[in-house]
Amino acid sequence: MEDVRINKKINIKGLVCPYTFVKSKLAVEDMEIGEVLEILLDYEEAARSVPKSMEELGQKVLKVEKINDTDWVLLIRKDRS
Amino acid sequence: MDFTEDQLQRYSRHIILPEVGGKGQKKILNAKVFIVGAGGLGCPVGYYLAAAGVGIIGMIDNDTVELSNLQRQIAHNTKKLGVHKVDSAKETFEALNPDVKIIGIKERISKDNIIDLIKDYDIIVDGSDNFPTRYLVNDACVMLKKPLVSGAILRFEGQVTTILPKEGHCYRCLFEEMPPPGLVPSCQEAGVIGAITGVVGSLQATEVLKLILGKGDILKNTLLIYDALKANFRRVKVPKNPECPVCSENPTITELLDYDAGYCRI
Repeated sequence: MEDVRINKKINIKGLVCPYTFVKSKLAVEDMEIGEVLEILLDYEEAARSVPKSMEELGQKVLKVEKINDTDWVLLIRKDRS
Repeated sequence: MDFTEDQLQRYSRHIILPEVGGKGQKKILNAKVFIVGAGGLGCPVGYYLAAAGVGIIGMIDNDTVELSNLQRQIAHNTKKLGVHKVDSAKETFEALNPDVKIIGIKERISKDNIIDLIKDYDIIVDGSDNFPTRYLVNDACVMLKKPLVSGAILRFEGQVTTILPKEGHCYRCLFEEMPPPGLVPSCQEAGVIGAITGVVGSLQATEVLKLILGKGDILKNTLLIYDALKANFRRVKVPKNPECPVCSENPTITELLDYDAGYCRI
């Protein structure tokens, strides 16, 4: 888990639903299968809903971590195009 | 092409859909759709396609807005009485979505202009209100191999079918010849419940979007009939006619005809 290679990072702090998912989904669309996306966000609900929606699309949620009082980091691996 | 922030918001409910996404929305933004008629069906079809962000929408209609149109033709309004329908619709649709370009043509569609008018479009929508135009549009789309989403309404009933030339049936596989003049009443003679134009036009717009996206089942070889009084939808199978005069292997109609012969158009 420690040596996951991150291929792309997006910072969507300040965005609320559904734009958190819209931005994350568009980022994943532009990636290749097997690549990993790091998402930095500060909207608590999205820390739950974005991983759920990504799983529904067939992508792998590698990590959901609260890194400080306001921010979360998600790692999503693209498993399906 | 990347989306602007406004586009991300405007199309967010599309982008979220697994069947659309960013790639599908870009297909919609790059699509070119031609609508025959800016009346009962052309208004809702154009309205939803403009809202969806279809990049170029061509519309042909030679009529001006009349008070009797406003019970169902929702792109027009009371201030537009006497204005050409395509100008009225263009103003409505471009106000709804500045991403779309509306090309309005103030002419009657005919065998002499139809090929030039539709040849650069991806998908054709028939929202006309008469048989000569319906057969003209069908034959031209078969000849150019253009997908055609055809709709019709009368009284409390509506019909929709999608013609994919060579792959499925065409309008002449369903009804080989035009009915004789006077046999089938027009909306002017028989009336039409206004809201049914929204049902049928929305079905047509949805078929167009599915064709653009390449998703779902299309009304190919199928006529969908809506009976508003019974609140009932019926699907009728329409096989491709191997002897069809226009879409079979050996067609007898190989050029566009004088469809107006015997018909008076009001």
